[in-house]
Amino acid sequence: MRKTFLLITCAAAFLLTAAQVKPKPVPKKVMDNGKKVYDTYCLPCHQQDGSGVPNMTPTLIKTTWVTGDKTKLVQVILKGLKGVEVDGETYENVMAPHDYLTDQEIADVTTFIRNSFGNKASMLTPAEVKAIRAKTK
Amino acid sequence: MKWICKMLPLVLLAGTAYGNDTTHIKPKIRKAPRIEENGGITLPDGFKATVFADTVGRARHLVTTSTGDVYIMLFRLKNGKGILRLRDTNNDGVADQSTTFGNYAGTGITIKDGYLYASSNKEIFRYKLNDKQEVINPDQPERIVTGLIDRGTHNTKSLVLDNTGNIYVNIGAPSNACQVEDRKKGSPSPDPCPLLDSVGGVWQFKADQPDQGYHNGVRFAMGIRNIVGLDWNKTSNSLFAMQHGRDNLNTLFPEMYNEDESAELPAEELFEIKKGDDFGWPYCYFDWQQDKKVLAPEYGGDKKKQDRCADKKKPAYAFPGHWAPNALLFYTGNQFPERYKNGAFIAFHGSWNRAPKPQAGYFVVFLPFKDGKPNGKYEIFADGFAGESREPAKATYRPCGLAQGPDGSLYISEDKKGRIWKVSYTKK
Ligand code: HEC
Repeated sequence: MRKTFLLITCAAAFLLTAAQVKPKPVPKKVMDNGKKVYDTYCLPCHQQDGSGVPNMTPTLIKTTWVTGDKTKLVQVILKGLKGVEVDGETYENVMAPHDYLTDQEIADVTTFIRNSFGNKASMLTPAEVKAIRAKTK
Repeated sequence: MKWICKMLPLVLLAGTAYGNDTTHIKPKIRKAPRIEENGGITLPDGFKATVFADTVGRARHLVTTSTGDVYIMLFRLKNGKGILRLRDTNNDGVADQSTTFGNYAGTGITIKDGYLYASSNKEIFRYKLNDKQEVINPDQPERIVTGLIDRGTHNTKSLVLDNTGNIYVNIGAPSNACQVEDRKKGSPSPDPCPLLDSVGGVWQFKADQPDQGYHNGVRFAMGIRNIVGLDWNKTSNSLFAMQHGRDNLNTLFPEMYNEDESAELPAEELFEIKKGDDFGWPYCYFDWQQDKKVLAPEYGGDKKKQDRCADKKKPAYAFPGHWAPNALLFYTGNQFPERYKNGAFIAFHGSWNRAPKPQAGYFVVFLPFKDGKPNGKYEIFADGFAGESREPAKATYRPCGLAQGPDGSLYISEDKKGRIWKVSYTKK
């Protein structure tokens, strides 16, 4: 009996500490809005599950662009990309510039792709996107 | 209390690790490998396929010799080489010898009058064959054409020859619909489209003159977005080709086209191409449901209006949208049943631009022909390439090339894993 009690307490304590080291969960509203932006603007090329199209369009699953540096990621979306190697592969299609999206939409869609398709990375805020846009020509 | 909590998982872990060392653990049962009938594809009754070769690289177009060898063009260099020759010495339907050559990758490859012709995305080369149909000098091809435009998108240079010493090569437009910024919503498409004098058509060159280019090539036909599959029809003595139709009607014009319309439109068109033809890209697209060429939304179209598209050349046949026809072959062999003779096989690589609607294609179809014209409806000939999922990244195979062997068998290549099938008719 005492042993079970001990186990339960330990398990609870363990879960609590584990929860603390994880990044804060992304608010549902941000994910929902990010998905909406993704479905409208990104899905046709990168596909529903972010898996991309061989030789044409890269995957968004665990690439350095998606889960790495925020500035680089936001700039891909603002300026588009063409003829650049992604994790050792080249792609035929172009990524059109999406500079017409608002700071909010870019923050939400980048946060969405960084936390979907098996990715896990920190959120972006509209203020961060605004700052990156300001220094991007 | 706290330290017990910290230690407990370790103790438990040690326990499981120890447990693994004991003989209590169940032996893993190995599943017997699934025997793939016909190399994983389905075929009509009476046909069988062998896996002629596997994992050869990203196999694009392929061609057979009169001795039964198969030359394959690779999309990316493999061990530094772009052309692969396979040979089946014991005639069991499985290649048992291979050699490679060519320090460039590409898509186009064909044989005519004792020469092998192959293309990178910028140039066309040819190699003389000996009487065993082997390349005599693999390291020193003649460069026949150079300087063709390659801007990444739609850059492959498929080719075919006629019977009078001419090469026909596709020069695709590096663009979806001639927008200033490709595929960007709201970016305008200039009128006239400035791309059309150097891309977006089929060019004709002499088969035997070195170092030709735009200056001495002939723009044979225009208004073609991109072609990957093309072939010479011996009955009509004319060029046929499959266009990859435009994309993104819904993403670029969401107020005009819904997702269903955008998935089905425009058609993937089969063209019969005569000198001087204009098929209308980027101003027009073919709506297979209305059976007419309509004005593209970039140029003022409203889904119905025809305007300048009324006199653009219509397709010889139209398939639903985005299937990505990557190979066309007129079957002239004697092995398959009579109804296949002179008809067209078309390999559809499979769509990506139907998302979020389900993708389609990923099969080889047969289109019956009579007197050099399509005669009846297409039928699916070989299917099952995609496996569980018709999604481009998940599909197991994506058919890309077709060739006819000297015995009348049909070879199919695919560029994902690099499998080559040899399809034969076995019913007596
Ligand atoms: C017209 C097709 C298209 C659309 C629409 C599109 N992309 Fe891309 N995207 C591409 C292509 C092609 C590349 C690779 C370009 C290259 O390699 O030069 C790319 C690259 C990327 C990359 C960097 C490489 C990687 O895979 O990590 C990211 C991140 C990305 N896209 C995100 C997005 C997001 C987010 C959207 C929607 C806002 C979007 N894309 C819309 C085609 C597209």
